[in-house]
Amino acid sequence: MDFEFSEEQQLLKDSIEGLLGDKYDFESRKKFLVSSGGWSREIWKQYAELGLLGLPFSEEHGGIDGGPVETMIVMSAIGNALALEPYLPTVVLAGGLIRRFGTEVQKNKYLPQIAEGKITGAFAYTERQSRYDLFDVKTAAKASGSGFTLDGQKSVVLNGDQADFIIVTARVSGGQRDKDGLGLFIVDAKANGISRRGYRTIDGLAAAEVELSGVNVDADQVIGKPGAAYPLIEQIADDGIAALCGEAVGVLSALTEATTDYLRTRKQFGVNIGSFQVLQHRNVEMLIASEQAKSMAMLATMMVNEPDAVQRRKTMSAAKTQIGRSAQFVGEQAIQLHGGIGMTMELKAGHWFKRATAIDIQFGDADYHLEQFGNMGGFEAAAQR
Amino acid sequence: MDLNFTKEELSFRDEVRDFFAKNVPAETKRKLTEGRKLEKDDIVNWQRILNKKGWAVYQWPKQYGGTGWTPVQKYIFLEELQRAPAPDPLPFAVSMVGPVIYTFGNEEQKKHFLPRIANLDDWWCQGFSEPGAGSDLAGLSTKAVREGDHWVINGQKTWTTLAQYADWIFVLARTDPKAKKQEGISFILCDMKTPGITVRPIQLIDGGKEVNEVFFDNVKVPYENLVGQENRGWDYAKFLLGNERTGIARVGISKERIRRLKELASLEVSGGKPMMEDPRFRAKISQVEIELKALEMTQMRVVAAEGTRRDNKPDPASSILKIKGSEIQQNITDLLMEVVGPFALPFTDEDETAGSNELPIAPDYAGPLAPIYFNYRKVSIYGGSNEIQKNIIAKAILGL
Repeated sequence: MDFEFSEEQQLLKDSIEGLLGDKYDFESRKKFLVSSGGWSREIWKQYAELGLLGLPFSEEHGGIDGGPVETMIVMSAIGNALALEPYLPTVVLAGGLIRRFGTEVQKNKYLPQIAEGKITGAFAYTERQSRYDLFDVKTAAKASGSGFTLDGQKSVVLNGDQADFIIVTARVSGGQRDKDGLGLFIVDAKANGISRRGYRTIDGLAAAEVELSGVNVDADQVIGKPGAAYPLIEQIADDGIAALCGEAVGVLSALTEATTDYLRTRKQFGVNIGSFQVLQHRNVEMLIASEQAKSMAMLATMMVNEPDAVQRRKTMSAAKTQIGRSAQFVGEQAIQLHGGIGMTMELKAGHWFKRATAIDIQFGDADYHLEQFGNMGGFEAAAQR
Repeated sequence: MDLNFTKEELSFRDEVRDFFAKNVPAETKRKLTEGRKLEKDDIVNWQRILNKKGWAVYQWPKQYGGTGWTPVQKYIFLEELQRAPAPDPLPFAVSMVGPVIYTFGNEEQKKHFLPRIANLDDWWCQGFSEPGAGSDLAGLSTKAVREGDHWVINGQKTWTTLAQYADWIFVLARTDPKAKKQEGISFILCDMKTPGITVRPIQLIDGGKEVNEVFFDNVKVPYENLVGQENRGWDYAKFLLGNERTGIARVGISKERIRRLKELASLEVSGGKPMMEDPRFRAKISQVEIELKALEMTQMRVVAAEGTRRDNKPDPASSILKIKGSEIQQNITDLLMEVVGPFALPFTDEDETAGSNELPIAPDYAGPLAPIYFNYRKVSIYGGSNEIQKNIIAKAILGL
């Protein structure tokens, strides 16, 4: 049992925190946010130079063979800086699907280009009716020739507006809510029949509604066995959850610290408001919620490669529930304790709060995962009489 | 970063688990599982079984009879003990007065008391709280005046847990009334058979009588029963309360209680279906299970950090464990009461029904559940209330 980072991990942490510390202060972020695209291509290049964009990929595909702990380190720094670049959709989700389940040809085609910062990707799994159920898919994949033709509509696709390629979940067979019959398809974002409507999400990130109308996909652009992709989709959702948990650690600890700093310096009634016990206790409760979230993020990180899917999913649902609950509490209290200034766009606190809110929603909110966790039987078995 | 136990730690866990499976007396285990009161003999017998194995004072330094285990091993031991379930070694003896004696006491005190503590030859109780000194413990007013080779103690202690069984009490008493309130206190050991000591039970809202008032009326105690230096007792008390907080998360006990809760929730029926299948009730169980897992991980972080800490001070993060651990324990007792519905209502006084042949009001497992719910309100109050813990965190961690 060891919670310390290795020397290499500490170096990674120092290098990304160094980069973001230098280049991603709150004022710079405001500029990136209003630039076209809404994030910095320049910083993206520097991620590539540090090896971050190939972090989880093997060396032969231009990566550095990092594991889940390395991803947690990067995501936590991204959360702290509120970096806007599409790291999660490109490296963790779309890149992750190809890294884990792609053919050698697919890996060679996409992973080195991602690692070099030349292309970005997106993972399109949400539909209007699906809510958080990954298997609820209407988008159809009909066999045609040696490949498939896709028709349907994908919603709230993170980085869907600018991605160079999109990995789409679509139904090969079965009913709308069947777990069998799903496929994963890599489509070129500029392919015929794709139309995208880009927009910003509440936290300032970029997303899109993606419409697929008679989009042809060659057989070599299919990931896994068509019709049997659901376990793959679950695994990549778990990768996404673990990464979001890591990001949440950065967000929540930053919110807690920023609030403590504010309590130390803000004067009312002639004293620092941090001298008031009611505010001290609230800040302590934020710390507890943030630490509990961190503990579960570590557990999610360690469990993300667990081959026993039930154990893995259960742990991910538990972690996502804790992260969601903590995110809401810490976020709301941070705004409350900052008072009026916390309500303004001028202060970073409100932006952390918005990201925390979005993190709860992505891949299923706390109530959704609480139910999933219960359905899977929880951690402890009933005692035997 | 590796959150898994090593192979050695896993085989240690198996060894400990196997020992508990074979050696916890069946009757003691049954009482703990059902939430019934333990008798003095249950606790004494069990601690002697542990002592024979060399595990009664496992957390002490080796030279005083401890095991020399790593922080992780100690953690595993306590988890398995609570999971079994088995009684904790008497905390007032093993976790409180024992460490004060081996850290601050003289050679004679160590030689006399420590082996007797390990074997529970002496039952110890804690003479700290007073009617006017609860959270503000340093405001205590019990006095000890030196007269020749004796102390003469006058005053009153309260909330003294299991004083009715006690052979000895460790007392915080004011020995310098002129000093600042923290600086005039001494730590004195006192034989409960000394003339002038009166113990009066206090009945708590669960109906039980586990705590007492202890009155001191001109109680003459030999001078050499002072521990450490005169007027330094507050330092020793703070040291002791720091020890009290480690292990206070009681994760193992809460896990065992959740297994019990699920067992009862599969037996009890609501709307024609087991309570376990009621989505609202199941969500409540899931929520507390998730918080418990988070607490377990937080505790492991604290334990792992202990191994690398240089100073001997308890980690302020242990205050987080106390707050969260007590909230979770209380939450589970609430759900255990909820699960039996109207059968939480019939009250059985265990003192009166002990040894009675009368059949319990069905179901037999329901009787203790509401009393435990009431009784467990104490866990966020004792050992420094959760509000005091928040003051500690605000000061020591947040710097407010």
